[in-house]
Amino acid sequence: MTSIVCKDLCKTFQQGDEVITGLDNVSITIEKGDFVCLSGPSGSGKTTLLNAMGGLDTPDSGEITIGRVRIDKLGKAALADIRLHNIGFVFQAYNLIPVLTARENVEFVMQVSGLDAEERSKRSYKILREVGLEGMENRRPAHLSGGQQQRVAVARAIVSQPTLVLADEPTANLDSVTSSQLMDLFVELNQHHNITFIIATHDLRVMKYAKRLIKMEDGKIISDEKQ
Amino acid sequence: MNITLRMAWRNLWRHKRRTWLTVGAMIFSNLLLVFMISLQFGSYRMMIDNTLKSYTGHMQVQLEGYNDDSKIRNSFDNIIPLAEQLRQTLNTSRVAARGVAFAMTSSEMRSYGLQIVGVEPGYEPEVSTLSGLLKKGQFFSGNNAEEIIIGSILARNLRVDIGAELTLLGSGRDGSFAAGVVLVTGIFESGSNDVDRSMAQIPLGYFQSLFSMGNQGHNIVINAEDLSLVDVLQSKVSHVIASRKELVLLDWNQLQPGLQQAIQADMFSAWFMYAILIVLVAFSVLNTQLMSVLERTREFGIMMALGVKPVRLGALVITETTLMSTLGLAIGAGLGALLAYYLSLVGFSYPGMEEMAGKFNLPDRMYPSLSLLSVFLGPCIVFICSLLASVYPALRLFFLHPVSAMRTV
Repeated sequence: MTSIVCKDLCKTFQQGDEVITGLDNVSITIEKGDFVCLSGPSGSGKTTLLNAMGGLDTPDSGEITIGRVRIDKLGKAALADIRLHNIGFVFQAYNLIPVLTARENVEFVMQVSGLDAEERSKRSYKILREVGLEGMENRRPAHLSGGQQQRVAVARAIVSQPTLVLADEPTANLDSVTSSQLMDLFVELNQHHNITFIIATHDLRVMKYAKRLIKMEDGKIISDEKQ
Repeated sequence: MNITLRMAWRNLWRHKRRTWLTVGAMIFSNLLLVFMISLQFGSYRMMIDNTLKSYTGHMQVQLEGYNDDSKIRNSFDNIIPLAEQLRQTLNTSRVAARGVAFAMTSSEMRSYGLQIVGVEPGYEPEVSTLSGLLKKGQFFSGNNAEEIIIGSILARNLRVDIGAELTLLGSGRDGSFAAGVVLVTGIFESGSNDVDRSMAQIPLGYFQSLFSMGNQGHNIVINAEDLSLVDVLQSKVSHVIASRKELVLLDWNQLQPGLQQAIQADMFSAWFMYAILIVLVAFSVLNTQLMSVLERTREFGIMMALGVKPVRLGALVITETTLMSTLGLAIGAGLGALLAYYLSLVGFSYPGMEEMAGKFNLPDRMYPSLSLLSVFLGPCIVFICSLLASVYPALRLFFLHPVSAMRTV
């Protein structure tokens, strides 16, 4: 079953007087359950593509379809709903809410979705145990290591059982051991929950985990290989 | 606890000093408002009481139409027995009958036109502070004594002192010639030049015989112990005079309409000052919340990326302000109420007030009037204005773009 289809995506940014090309006629199809790495130098368009597929940014032209929904035509509220129910995000800088504990960070998205307290609590404890954070549920981000924070971010991204997880440089701030643990976790989630993963990365070690490696440069896809 | 509420509460204490500064501004303004409004209400009560107790009384029984057309003919029968009946019914001595006429008053040297008020010597001091303002001499020796008390300015104008004789010439109720000679027994200083220049009092019994009034008079003045008791007294008095259709009962508002207007004017100017204070607090809240939103732009971007809609983020900002304002309201109104309550027991005066009060035979301390209205009116307005001030920072979130927000450092 087709998960994401991007067709002729174009995106430019204005930086002073200069026009920077973010995406230059990018077309790509990603199947459900795939494990894709987007690689390329800084400014190659990885994050721009990721943001467009996640409904965080809209392309200047082209189409993006997730499942049967064309998201490039949706309004802000509808995009927010898609992100809330269908897409999980993992960011380079973890991006946890500092005033909430690990469990509350995970529960936050579920509460916004309208899940009842009992279900939220059950799911958050379970998912934090799955990502190896049992016993750290009540710690705030400031009292967790970088790796632990990224695990909370992953737990938050997958707790609502999304069909797609978008990760932007998820290992950039992690040491090699923690990076490997995180990628193992991604692979496990991909295999056991059939979640589609799209990971933007520079990291060669991360790319080894990918089933499909897409290389980008100057806003274009220059290679697309299955591994 | 709801996670939004928990987040809002914890967000407040991320910058304790800033939050306490804003809450402190609210506490201070609420405390000040509660104290000032209570004092204002208390001073109005005092102003009304002092004005009415000086002469007019809280209510008067009169012949219908007398208040608009105060002619000597507009009098009513059996005024002294009716006053006595009211004293017994109300179980108070704060009831006194009066008669009012005009006469030419002459000393050996000069003559002046005066308002002559006939008063019951035994009860007039209960309804008027004038008898307590005698600077020389004494009050009347009896209800039929041929005596007069006059103001200090009139005494100076007539060039008379205690013991001097004055001749009164006027017309009686029946149109007859009214003439008499009275002895000056007292000279008062009311604090009002008009009163001291143009009013004099004589005993009611003598007044009735001098002006051919028979058993008639013009008004019965009734003073309540407290302004709050006026309504109760009014219904009792109305019941007593119900059988006499020619009589009406007028309350202080009808007798002194200017008093209410003066209070309203004062209230307006006071609220202008309060409004400035409230606007300053609202700007302080606006500044705090705007700073708070701006420095958390990245955090709001993350939440938006996770699928949180701007309306929920706006609600978070409003909830933070609500918590902050509730703290300010609770502590400020509480402290203000405590202060106002303490002063309502022991009173409050400013330098020079005692001397001034002694001069006019008035209370020498003000007592704040504590009520739900005086405690919550100001703080609730501060609360609402603070919430309104946080609407703009909350609205800014509706224009936030998640990607650019997350790029914010």
